[in-house]
Amino acid sequence: VAAVSARPQIIAHEVDRPRRGWVQWLTTTDHKRIGILYLSTVLVFFVIGGVEALLMRIQLGTPDNTFLTPEKYNEILTMHGTTMIFLVIVPVWAGFANYFLPLMIGARDVAFPRLNAWSYWMYLFGGIALYASMFFTPPEAGWFSYVPLSLKEFTPSNGQEAWIYMVHLTGLSSILGAINFIATIHNMRAPGMGWGRMPLFVWTILIYAYLIILALTSLAATVTMLLLDRNAGTNFFDPNEGGSALLWQHLFWFFGHPEVYILVLPAFGVFSEILPVFARKPIFGYKAIAAATAGIAFLGMLVWAHHMFATPMSTVVLAFFMLSSFLIAVPTGVKIFNWVATLWRGTVEWTVPLLFSVGGIATFLMGGITGIFLAVFPVDWQLTDTYFVVAHFHYTAFGASAFAMVAALYYWFPKMSGRKMSEGLGRASFVLFFIGFHLTFLIQHSAGLDGMPRRIYEYSSASGWEAENLISSIGSWVLALGILLTVINLVRSLKHGVIAGPDPWKANTLEWFTTSPPPVNNFDVVPRVRSVEPMKDIRRQIERQTGVTQRFEAGKPMVRA
Amino acid sequence: VTGRFPASRPYTADAVADVQTKTRRRLHVLAAAMPVVVLGGLLLAPTASAGWFLPESGGSPNADGIRTLYILIAIIGLIIFVGVEGLLIYSMIRFRARKGRVAAQIHGNTQLEIGWTVGAAAILIFLTVFTFVLLDQIKNPARSEIDSNGQPVAAAHAQFASTDQPAPPGGNSLNIRVIGQQYSWNLQYPRIDDKRVYAYNTMYVPVGMTVTLDIESVDVAHSWWIPALGGKADAIPGYTNKLWFQIPVDAIPEGQDRVVYTGQCAELCGRNHANMLARVVGLRYDDWKAWYDRKAQELKQAQDAAAAERKKLESSEGQ
Repeated sequence: VAAVSARPQIIAHEVDRPRRGWVQWLTTTDHKRIGILYLSTVLVFFVIGGVEALLMRIQLGTPDNTFLTPEKYNEILTMHGTTMIFLVIVPVWAGFANYFLPLMIGARDVAFPRLNAWSYWMYLFGGIALYASMFFTPPEAGWFSYVPLSLKEFTPSNGQEAWIYMVHLTGLSSILGAINFIATIHNMRAPGMGWGRMPLFVWTILIYAYLIILALTSLAATVTMLLLDRNAGTNFFDPNEGGSALLWQHLFWFFGHPEVYILVLPAFGVFSEILPVFARKPIFGYKAIAAATAGIAFLGMLVWAHHMFATPMSTVVLAFFMLSSFLIAVPTGVKIFNWVATLWRGTVEWTVPLLFSVGGIATFLMGGITGIFLAVFPVDWQLTDTYFVVAHFHYTAFGASAFAMVAALYYWFPKMSGRKMSEGLGRASFVLFFIGFHLTFLIQHSAGLDGMPRRIYEYSSASGWEAENLISSIGSWVLALGILLTVINLVRSLKHGVIAGPDPWKANTLEWFTTSPPPVNNFDVVPRVRSVEPMKDIRRQIERQTGVTQRFEAGKPMVRA
Repeated sequence: VTGRFPASRPYTADAVADVQTKTRRRLHVLAAAMPVVVLGGLLLAPTASAGWFLPESGGSPNADGIRTLYILIAIIGLIIFVGVEGLLIYSMIRFRARKGRVAAQIHGNTQLEIGWTVGAAAILIFLTVFTFVLLDQIKNPARSEIDSNGQPVAAAHAQFASTDQPAPPGGNSLNIRVIGQQYSWNLQYPRIDDKRVYAYNTMYVPVGMTVTLDIESVDVAHSWWIPALGGKADAIPGYTNKLWFQIPVDAIPEGQDRVVYTGQCAELCGRNHANMLARVVGLRYDDWKAWYDRKAQELKQAQDAAAAERKKLESSEGQ
């Protein structure tokens, strides 16, 4: 273990005056504190978005229900989608990456700590801008805000402006955060950590950051056009004045599909970190997984119009987007095979992070397969805008991203808090989470096949969709209970969790080299990295030097003699 | 030093632990089997109709084509699903950590990885080919089974390939403009014998006749969809979208005079999106012609009455 200092470091010209209480949280530029700010804000929005989902499921649980008015239903529908995409899943990866990316690459902070703080505050204010509209008139044109419905003529309320400002603020937050991550990853890796030794989570965050810069800048321009159409008399999207209603759909999905991979690639990174740790086996095909990540990101820029197969389009265009969507299934499939092969002939420890990871992969696989149905455009003509699609993207977005974020929480909580979350409560939460999820969404495929369109606030008892919807609504409560158990576990473990020690899982990457929680400067000494799994090397070296085999049981604090 | 498993069990664990793990293992197998059981239960549920597993069809050849394509993908998808989920569950249980087991330190296998990449690509190429084989049946309007006087015509097959929806072969079809508006469908029929007919929400068509639709919108985006008659087509203001269907002559049940298919708008179009319903009623040609004439008559009478009313109003205002 040698200290090497010939690389960029954070240098302070004077020591900051220590601040106390909540002021230290408001003024912090420490990536770990900012990470915690991100994650706690995400948790609040996740609960709000979840409650919105429950309200919709209550409304749809029985036919001809009057629990919500059509107006309220459309508002909640819009808020749920917008919240989960912009205020939960994108920032949750910014949160985890903030905390762990510098630690995993052996850096002492991100490249631009003050910019990092600004990113967080803009995210928070973006969320507040959106939710402040709850007290006036919330947006009601859907998270996709299709024109002409979102134009002033059809949606006069200023909720739509609140939605646009939220996109601007959180978008700028994400773009600046992405620049920060890219600069950090390119310049501040530990000595010896070449591209081929970078943790896969860091790889996925790098690609996530590049995708954010490509996609969210495009969205910022798009919503600005909408803002101008609504308030400055321009006519980009108004067909009566020579604008094009389809233009919005193309511009929106040009952001929207890369966005899907922004949500899901870091989840793949989490799976790729957790599986080898608990299978006690190196990741199978490191290079293939890293390459597949880059391949998915590139192809992800070329598939946007598969969201628009039912709009007027010629066969050539339809065929192009079908084939590009097929192509993207290949690297995605490669990853799933690699994960299964990582478990194969390992010694799999059924810890809670592993259960959530494997549950997430199992769920995501199903979303991938239903994606093939939707990529075949004639079949998509039948399925698009039905509950089949709702089921499909919840299997992918929830199956990968939400399972992964809970897995990441259980996995990294000991590092952040110094304490472990309860495994028993975690397992119970997983069972309810998994069963609740599939109970809610599996049956929605059937509702869609049976002709139930999306985004309807009610259906009649003559439609024959009662059984599907009732099962789905019951499932949503089981799922909510599963999430509640994890939240209880989280709060309880902050005070009462088992002391974790620096490396409770006997994991592979550098964040476990420091104390839990890490000191402000992260590392007094940054070790030289010799493989993808530096902690394994370090443990082996300690064994060699001390001559003592380090016995441990995963999930338990290491017994120190 | 690394890992192959000993060919036989038991492991070195003591008897008590062995019993415990067996019980635990059974529980885990049960837990893993849960989704399978749930799925199986759903499959066998007596109330389950075809709509639970397959898209609706039977009203038009293009809907049947979509269903065939769906079934093919479902078979391939099911094989992949069972295979991969099976491997996942198997490796979770078979390779669960136990005393004495050692993880094999494998970093990868290039041949295997190339193999599954090529395999995945091959499946998708097969699906692409199959899609284009069926595309003609789904996208291009079929020849009408009856002529413009309602008489059956001899079956003939014409191959069409074009980037846009062509006219049906034989030149014999019924073209209806479907205009979406918040929250109803305005249906404009072609002029026949200088009569003009339009209607709202319920579309009467003759069975056996190929019906082509020009789908438009006058306000926000809507989407025309009758599930049993094939896919949906978005109604985008400023654009004309195309769709077609042909209700089979034998779709009308014995002893009845009509067959009814229902659907509704499939694109969020405002607060009443859920109530923007549509119906297509298939009638025998003579019944349909009678409906058309009656409707034209009614509309003409209503128009004349309104014109007279207007005239009266104008003259009274003029005084």
